[in-house]
Amino acid sequence: MTQLPQTTERKLGLVIDLDTCVGCHACVVSCKGWNTENYGAPLSDQEPYGEDPSGTFLNRVHSYEVTPAEPDATAKLIHFPKSCLHCEDAPCVTVCPTGASYKRVEDGIVLVNESDCIGCGLCAWACPYGARELDAKEKVMKKCTLCVDRIYNENLPEEDREPACVRTCPANARHFGDFADPESNVSKLTAERGGMDLMPEMGTKPVNKYLPPRPRDAAPDMDVLTPLLKPVATEAKGFVGWLDKALSTLPGGKN
Amino acid sequence: MHPAPSVIIFTTFSGLGFGMLFWLGIGVHTPTGFTAFAYFTVAYLMAVGGLLASTFHLGHPERALKAFTQWRSSWLSREGIAAVAALIVMALYGAGLVFAATPFPLVGIIGAILAALTVFTTSMIYTQLKTVPRWNQWPTPALFMSLSLGGGALFVGQVTLAFLLLLIAAVIQGIHWVAGDSRLADSGTTLGTATGLGTMGRVKAFEPPHTGTNYLLREFVHEVGRKHAFKLRVIAFGLGYALPLLLLALPYSFLLAALAAIAHVAGILASRWLFFAEAEHVVGLYYGKR
Repeated sequence: MTQLPQTTERKLGLVIDLDTCVGCHACVVSCKGWNTENYGAPLSDQEPYGEDPSGTFLNRVHSYEVTPAEPDATAKLIHFPKSCLHCEDAPCVTVCPTGASYKRVEDGIVLVNESDCIGCGLCAWACPYGARELDAKEKVMKKCTLCVDRIYNENLPEEDREPACVRTCPANARHFGDFADPESNVSKLTAERGGMDLMPEMGTKPVNKYLPPRPRDAAPDMDVLTPLLKPVATEAKGFVGWLDKALSTLPGGKN
Repeated sequence: MHPAPSVIIFTTFSGLGFGMLFWLGIGVHTPTGFTAFAYFTVAYLMAVGGLLASTFHLGHPERALKAFTQWRSSWLSREGIAAVAALIVMALYGAGLVFAATPFPLVGIIGAILAALTVFTTSMIYTQLKTVPRWNQWPTPALFMSLSLGGGALFVGQVTLAFLLLLIAAVIQGIHWVAGDSRLADSGTTLGTATGLGTMGRVKAFEPPHTGTNYLLREFVHEVGRKHAFKLRVIAFGLGYALPLLLLALPYSFLLAALAAIAHVAGILASRWLFFAEAEHVVGLYYGKR
């Protein structure tokens, strides 16, 4: 049924730490590896070794450059993994005409029942985050399942009962837990580090939270007397100084 | 958005077909016998042909019947139900005209309401999407409705009605274009809010997830086609609205009306192509594109 539940008993989701993500794409690979051979249709590739390779991924890592407004601050590079945010008010679910898309009452996971999916693509249109991809081979909508076939799987050792992306992350930048429980690891991390929503203005109420990068440490002064030291010359001297002056007098040469 | 031929054909022709069925059902024109058969054939060819074209973009059209189940939440499901109901009721009304030369006014009016409802539900599929700010505005349903009713009147041969409604549609088209141009900026969604990094400074897409393309870029990012948007708007406006209005203002002749109808269809196809090609999906922001 494509009506959303009023509330869910648990709110399972991820915390992604943009401060510690190193952009290694291990989560992308482990996600594709697990999900292509477990829940639902495999994640196909088109021309994987050809001229124009493409394929279905449930998790993709972007990289962004952020230039602070302060004039002498340096730009930062931030790696940004993106997958389904398992929104509380998921627009992808309500637009589905067949009831294939649904949000689970017991844990809030948003799933697709692939045998009901007609591949119309409207749910992907409704998702602002690009979390859903129509598989070019299977013609059904694929999305992150939060590894629903791992987290409850009693055939796996207990330490493996978390999403493949979380299990594999070498930087420990991904955390899995229940946001409905204020004492859970993810709730605490979100509270401590100011976990944020993506596109809050869309009103989707994402469950997954992103931890902003911490401010960079400033290099400390070497000594209390450092500010009193003679500043390093900023004016050019000698031949270069003459050249600078001479060129500056030419029309258009001032700056 | 990717301007898929299937959805352009679907929205254009089924809009015209259901517009025709609306006016036939209302009873502005009650042809009988063979003439009625001709009118209803054209209307059904366009309405059903458009609906069939829309199934071409489905991944699994064999499961299409399941799409009638979720009318409580889904505009796409509501559209399917409204379309089938309108086609069945108008078939009864049409049968009365063709075989018995008798209009059943109540059946016609119910069919007309269902036909108009179908076009409205189609427009709401696009209007509901907050992710495409250009569509997420009231002129979208107004444009679909006025075009369907105006074009339908033109095809049913109602010159005055068609003239007035196309004039209204032309104004709404202008509003849709002009208002649409600033919708993405006005929505407040930027790469800064998309990544949550906007509070730190200016955010720039540095590196995409993969060197190749993907489903999201193919489906939602269509920058190339927008290069000629202005020229296409002029062509769409000239053929779709200005020329038909001019031809309808001249003393009536069948040839002029037919010419007006052909120009209108060509213009609306161009305008519908732009409706998709110009629409920016916010997911493009993650890729530094629109």
